Amino acid sequence: MQHLRAFLRAHGWSYAFILPSLLTFAAFTFAPMAWSAMISFQKVNLRTGGTWVTPIWANYERAFTAQSHVFVVAIGNTFIYTAFTVTTNIVVGLALASLIQPLHRHVRTFFRAAYYLPAVTSSLIVGMTWAYIYNAQWGFANYLLRLVGLEPVRWLSNPDIALGSIIASTMLTIPATAVVLFSAAMGGIPSEYYEAADLDGASPLQKWFGITLPLIKPTTLYLSVIYTIASFEVFERIYVMVPSGVGNSTQTIVTQIYNAGFKDFDLGVSAAQAMVLFAMIGAVALVQFRVLRSDVEY
Amino acid sequence: MSTVRVSRVSAAAPLIAFVRPRGLTSGRAVATWAALLATTAIALFPMYWLYVNALTPITATPPLTPILWPAWKLDNILRLLTTSKHYTQWVLNSLVVALGATLWHAVFDTLAGYAFAKRRFPGRDAIFTTLVATLMVPIHVTFIPLYLINRELGLIDSLWAVLMPATSNVFGIFLMRQFIQTLPGELEDAARIDGCSEFGVVHHVIVPLSQPAIASLAIFTFVRNWNDFLWPLIAVNRPQMFTLTVGVASLQGEFMTDWGIIFAGAAVASLPITAFFLLFQRYFLDGLRLGALK
Repeated sequence: MQHLRAFLRAHGWSYAFILPSLLTFAAFTFAPMAWSAMISFQKVNLRTGGTWVTPIWANYERAFTAQSHVFVVAIGNTFIYTAFTVTTNIVVGLALASLIQPLHRHVRTFFRAAYYLPAVTSSLIVGMTWAYIYNAQWGFANYLLRLVGLEPVRWLSNPDIALGSIIASTMLTIPATAVVLFSAAMGGIPSEYYEAADLDGASPLQKWFGITLPLIKPTTLYLSVIYTIASFEVFERIYVMVPSGVGNSTQTIVTQIYNAGFKDFDLGVSAAQAMVLFAMIGAVALVQFRVLRSDVEY
Repeated sequence: MSTVRVSRVSAAAPLIAFVRPRGLTSGRAVATWAALLATTAIALFPMYWLYVNALTPITATPPLTPILWPAWKLDNILRLLTTSKHYTQWVLNSLVVALGATLWHAVFDTLAGYAFAKRRFPGRDAIFTTLVATLMVPIHVTFIPLYLINRELGLIDSLWAVLMPATSNVFGIFLMRQFIQTLPGELEDAARIDGCSEFGVVHHVIVPLSQPAIASLAIFTFVRNWNDFLWPLIAVNRPQMFTLTVGVASLQGEFMTDWGIIFAGAAVASLPITAFFLLFQRYFLDGLRLGALK
């Protein structure tokens, strides 16, 4: 009792300060996670509750095999989407941050803000806007094609093209977070490094590859990871651009989780698919921590 | 004579520094500006086109030759507000959710951020690491249990169902911890010597010094929740309880042929957040840097 009182006197406030946050995390993140893991091995009846399935991995098996393996196709689509968008985001982010770096402070702020402006709008509305641009009849994309005398394209209804159109819409959205963070990282590199390189007669390109790129490596890794996670979770854009999907060609992991859970009400399969997504993101994060261990100091 | 020349040079110098990148030749400077302006145009075009269409009266199919300059008429928006039964209600719903989440995070993330930044207590680092690790948890993992719980509690179709899960997000705690760690400890000690309680230290020392970080946190939280879509889509079925994003997505089904209303619905939904950004862009960009996990 004496100990408890002393402990509370020393640390009571600390725990009181974090308690509200801990409670919300327990209630809305950790408990649902655990329950979701359980449901992924159960058959859930909304009235009578869950019963374990046999064999115990049945939901996972169905998650991958149901509706002629559409989840496998969806994972493939998600990987394609991720590969294209993450690469473009990093390359474009690096290029734009490098271009604005030598500019005057105020000009730099102007461009950062201009690039960031569309990024504050919900990806749902950005997706809707792209759906209009891609409208086969009156969209801006086909208008451009007509201008140069080309046939109109069914951007979002042709199953061979739809995923490509969606990927292109993301690639043409400036990766604002990358520009801002790369720009901040580049601004943090001590100018002595560049002055020393100047004395050695290094060209701008040599300085960029020899000094800038290696020193901003932690930012590059961080951005690759957050963009990879965001791409694995792509949903809104697809939901508004191709509401019911173009066959299986535009299904992604999250559209499958949503369809299984909240359209087919197959909660076990939906939970199993969500756990697969969790495992994939966990794997990406693990790789990041491995690579980040070789941190740079300057 | 010479003084005049000097003053002319010094007047022009900032302007040159403004447009001419450091250490670049004129040719390279022109190429840099061309590339930057072109990408800015690409970045801004989709939203610009949305606003242009929203501000030009369209009652059926938009014209085949795209409208590229607004007519500055509010017909679409007025028709949206008069025909779409719930649009203003959706705006209010989104405001309630976004402001509620912002209030929660501004208060409790500051407290938690301070505890993790400055106080020593058993389990501190383990708890903090666990919370930060939730960044790796796709929110979709929680949807089915959250849906079942809310269904059990009869909260489906209420804003509570939308709002409550928004309180478990670690971004603000992380951001506040990063910021408060940089504050000197002397002021806290001085406040304690003056007889402040621990809560008083937060109230009188930490909060005033953390204004910029709290502003960033509030803005990010507001925008994140204003824009949130998938959970509100699941948690709410009755149209009058939709949040704005869910409502706007439903316009396409409701007014299939009246594109003017759909454009207006999307544009009006993004307008407040865009205006918000233009007013407070410094806090956005600072928050982005502070909140980056390294």
